[in-house]
Formats: sequence, structure tokens, C-alpha cells
Amino acid sequence: MHEWGLVETLLRRAEEKASEHGATAVRRLTVSIGELAGVEPDLFEAAWLEFRAGTLCANAALEVRSVVAEWECPDCKAIVAAGGALRCAACRKPLRLRAGGEILLERMELEVP
Amino acid sequence: MCEVCGCGDPEIVAVEVRESLLEGNDRRAAHNREHFGRHGIVAVNLMGSPGSGKTAVLEATAKAMGGLRLGAITADLATERDAERLRAAGIPSHAITTGSACHLDAALVHRALHEFPVADLDLLFIENVGNLVCPAIYDLGQAANVVALSVTEGEDKPLKYPVMFRRADLVLVTKTDLLPHLPNVSLAAIEEALGKVMPAPATIPVSAATGAGIPRWIEWIERRRREQDGRSRME
Repeated sequence: MHEWGLVETLLRRAEEKASEHGATAVRRLTVSIGELAGVEPDLFEAAWLEFRAGTLCANAALEVRSVVAEWECPDCKAIVAAGGALRCAACRKPLRLRAGGEILLERMELEVP
Repeated sequence: MCEVCGCGDPEIVAVEVRESLLEGNDRRAAHNREHFGRHGIVAVNLMGSPGSGKTAVLEATAKAMGGLRLGAITADLATERDAERLRAAGIPSHAITTGSACHLDAALVHRALHEFPVADLDLLFIENVGNLVCPAIYDLGQAANVVALSVTEGEDKPLKYPVMFRRADLVLVTKTDLLPHLPNVSLAAIEEALGKVMPAPATIPVSAATGAGIPRWIEWIERRRREQDGRSRME
């Protein structure tokens, strides 16, 4: 349900960015959502359709890119898939999440008159 | 206007943003963290399912912890029951009722700090809304994330909620006094499941009912305090 709050933030930031560029509308938005970000893309998109009315994003397309979780050893930089213990088999170090935790507004396409 | 042919169509401008949608929250969390650090307070964000035993652990902690000044901010959708229980256990507490919000965020905690001065505390527990999903993604400014996981929730709970357990610095496996009644639950299996979702798994089995494990938990808190003290002296 926190997807609603995140979409509100997305719309606010998108409108701010659009005004910075003197845009009259947003044509397209690209958002990346990591597998371990705790965000459900379907709920996110449903909230988007609900909340965008009356904003500069009212007719904008939303592209949601899913990012697969990728763990890495902080020492030897080996990439390890999830499923086993989150520890480097060679260095015995706890792994670090390299990708898959993000909720990012990546890019926007604006209509500038 | 389109400058290629002057047709009057708006120009399409692509803007690279690369901005986290949690940036505003993270900024407010950093502000809270600075406030806690300045007053030498260790803030613990205590999360877990509804009924996992968060409040009971804090009651047991108050009973066993000598010397430190404790405080708590509790969050539930409705009622101040948890805060009332903690006050009765001797922990000054402030309730945040979130209405229908399923988690705390840094702004809610910040607002609570205006109504509930914490400057004189050594240790602040922030008992989050009972929920294994949403609270995990919001930084509150805490020094540590602690997740309460009761033995009755099943060994595979960590595998079902990896987002929460990934962010835990410590998992308190609660209600261990019930283990004799649960032939299919073993601490080893819970720890094995945690190893698959927590990069540096750390668990302390506790029972609020018998007090078992509570001294180890208090030791863990004391260690966090010493680490935070050491860091602030170095700065």
C-alpha cells in the first residue's frame, strides 16, 4: 500500500521537473523497481492510473523496468545469485546488494511548447 | 515549438533524472539520525508481524535493563494500547496512530519527536507498525533495525519476506518458551532460512515470558551504544 505514497512522490517530482523545463505535459516516464525494493509493480501502476488525472502526467505513459536482485562480494567482486547463503564462497564475506533494491525515477520525456 | 519544420507540435525533451523516490524520506531520516546522534541516543527500529511479540520484548527489556534511560515511540493503525503497556512497564512512551498507513516514515517520527522530547534518553525504541513489508523500505534515522520473529510464525517466514529480513541488523526469535509445543519448528531451520536472505545473519532467541535470552539482547544493545559512542567521539 506504500505504493500509493511512492506514486504521489513520483507525480510531485515529475511535475516539478516538468516546470523546471517549461513543459506543458509529460509524455513518458521510466521508473526502475528492484526485486528487493518491496514495491509491487502492479499496485504501483494501478496507483499511477488512479492518481495521475489532473496532473501534467494525465496522458503520460509509464514504463516500469523490473531490476533483478544481484549480490556481490565486497572483496573479490564476484556476482552471486540469490537462493543460497548470502556469503562469498571464496572470501567468506557477507555479500552486498549491487542491484535490485532501487526505486528510481530514471528518465522523462517532456512536451515543451 | 518543433524547430525542425516549425509545425507547431511541442518539442519532446528527454530528461535523465536517476532520482530515488525515497530521497525525500532519506533526507528527513538523516535529519532524525543527526538529532539522535547529537543527544547520544541509540534509536532502534523494531519491526515484525502483528503479534510477533515486539511490545512483550520491550516490557521484558525494561524489567531487565538497569541504568539506561529508555523511551519508546509506538505505532499502530489505531489505539494507544502498546504505549500504555510500555508506560506501565516503566518506559515513557508516545503513540503514533497512523490511521490506515501501514508503516512509519521519517516525517512521522520527526513530528513525534516534537511532541515527545527524547534528548534525555539513552535508548529510544521505535516500535513500528506490525507489518513485514512496508516498514522495511523507510529509513527513520535509526541506528539499527531489529526484527521480531516468533517461533509460531514458521521457519520459512524469512524466505517469504526477504525485503524485511535483508535490512535487519538483528532478528530476535521470540516466544522460544513455546518451542516444546512446536515439534515441527527448530531454531536451526529458522537460522538457515535467515542465512539465505540476510547477508550477515544475527539472531538472538528470546522469551519475554521466561526472560531467557533477554540478557544477550541487552548485551547486544550495550555493544551498539559503545559503537555509537566511539564513532561520535571520533567525529
